Amino acid sequence: MLELLSDYTLRNVALGSALLGIVSGVLGCFAVLRRQGLLGDALAHAALPGICIAYLLTGSKAPIVLLLGAAASGWLGTLAILQIVKQTRIKEDAALGIVLSVFFATGIVLLTFIARTGHASQAGLDKFLFGQAAALIEEHVITMAILGGLALLVVALLYKEFKALAFDAAFAQSIGLNTNLLSVLLTSLIVVAVVIGLQTVGVVLMAAMLVGPAVAARQWTNRLSVMIGLSALFGALSGVSGAFISISQKNIPTGPMIILSLTLIVLISLFFAPARGLVWEWLQRRRARGNMRVSADLRV
Amino acid sequence: MINNTTSTGAAVSTATGPLEINDLTVAYRDTPVLSDVDLSIPEGKLVAVIGPNGAGKSTLIKAVLGLIPSVAGSVRIYGQPYETQRKLVGYVPQRSSVDWDFPTTALDVVMMGTYGNLGWFKRPGKRQHDQAMASLQQLGMTDYAERQINQLSGGQQQRVFLARALAQDAQIYFMDEPFVGVDATTEKAIVDLLKALQKQGKTVIVVHHDLDSAPEYFDWVVLLNKRLIAAGPFGETFTSDNLRRTYGGAMMAAIKHFEHFEADKGSR
Repeated sequence: MLELLSDYTLRNVALGSALLGIVSGVLGCFAVLRRQGLLGDALAHAALPGICIAYLLTGSKAPIVLLLGAAASGWLGTLAILQIVKQTRIKEDAALGIVLSVFFATGIVLLTFIARTGHASQAGLDKFLFGQAAALIEEHVITMAILGGLALLVVALLYKEFKALAFDAAFAQSIGLNTNLLSVLLTSLIVVAVVIGLQTVGVVLMAAMLVGPAVAARQWTNRLSVMIGLSALFGALSGVSGAFISISQKNIPTGPMIILSLTLIVLISLFFAPARGLVWEWLQRRRARGNMRVSADLRV
Repeated sequence: MINNTTSTGAAVSTATGPLEINDLTVAYRDTPVLSDVDLSIPEGKLVAVIGPNGAGKSTLIKAVLGLIPSVAGSVRIYGQPYETQRKLVGYVPQRSSVDWDFPTTALDVVMMGTYGNLGWFKRPGKRQHDQAMASLQQLGMTDYAERQINQLSGGQQQRVFLARALAQDAQIYFMDEPFVGVDATTEKAIVDLLKALQKQGKTVIVVHHDLDSAPEYFDWVVLLNKRLIAAGPFGETFTSDNLRRTYGGAMMAAIKHFEHFEADKGSR
């Protein structure tokens, strides 16, 4: 099977999935630290109708067209959540659930409509549900590289501002940082990260790509810069390994394979990381209990 | 008229006081939480803001700093609107407002106090580093500079917050319940800091929860319960009448504090 795959495909898959892993790893750190992990989930699900509408309006499946559609409806979903929380008594978690479901349901209906009308080139849009790395062509990878590169550049330039915003937004605002602007900017970058990954990981599971690498990375370090670097590494590792397994086994969609690789990394980090790992904590507790027993025996 | 300059070179005129609040009203969904507050704080005072739960003490500070919108009223810092005077204002938020599991060191947090003067895109350098270390030293936290903030005790975290405000090198400071849940060493460190700031001619406004220690640590008091009840030096303002109007239902406990204060006043 593998021998049938050209170097071209392998190269695109490797580059594309590494890119998406790095970008969602980096931006996922800020999302998680700001407790906005679920927002990434809503964003990804809300992107589906945008993809369908972009295709219906332009008849084109060019990556930039579909990604713009995804970004637009993703952003619309975020605004909807904000407005619901602001104008009604509905709290953020419920608003998230509502918007995510409504947008996603609309997307599914549109997908079905597109399939029914039997457009010649409609095959491929449903791949956005669970991702298909094999569909990555050079055009996709170039788009991902440009968008991803820009996003990472902005993070590098505004690192101290984003860090201050994530740690203590009230204090940041009091010293004159424009927290509203920074917040909008950061959310936009998360939209970019989500949109880059949609084709490979898919709408349904993209949230895990934002949250997983960051959570795993946090286990290994107490420094933000190291956490971001590790998160990018974990994202890239799971992206590349999952994508390769998926294209070597013909019928497995890519998203689930990437997420399974990521899950392995997260589980290892949760259990075996020093200082924060569950196994380590368990060993510490046993040692402490052992010391108490010894001193109790000595007293007898 | 005295003209001071802070170390950042910003000229400070004392022609108008450090804090002038006029008709400040803050509402949450049509319910007023603060109404028509008129307040004028003279320079160099240590001011305690006191009132029952829900009186609007934190709200007052947040509204002054523009962190929450106000329905009416104006705030002047040394005669100018707050937005143009940010460099003169230091802020210590409530300790609980932040997730202390955030991956960062004590020194990093204190350096954030210097960001206001850095500008977009610039990275903090040696000058900010030294300023931050000096602030930590003043709070006795030099040994903890590289420590992760989730490894610090509550009192140490509070001192990190204070060091961050010190690094802002401001002329007027707002502190939101800095004495809550801190150990005796930290409490002494905070009081020493307040006195040191006062010696430098700075003004400090502190939301304080403890009626017993307030007359000891501060020289001015602002009594608040959704409206301004009274403001002024402790001697003339901390009266049983004013406390009754501030605390209403918790009147008896408040009276006890007042009697405590009167007794101490006699023995001083």
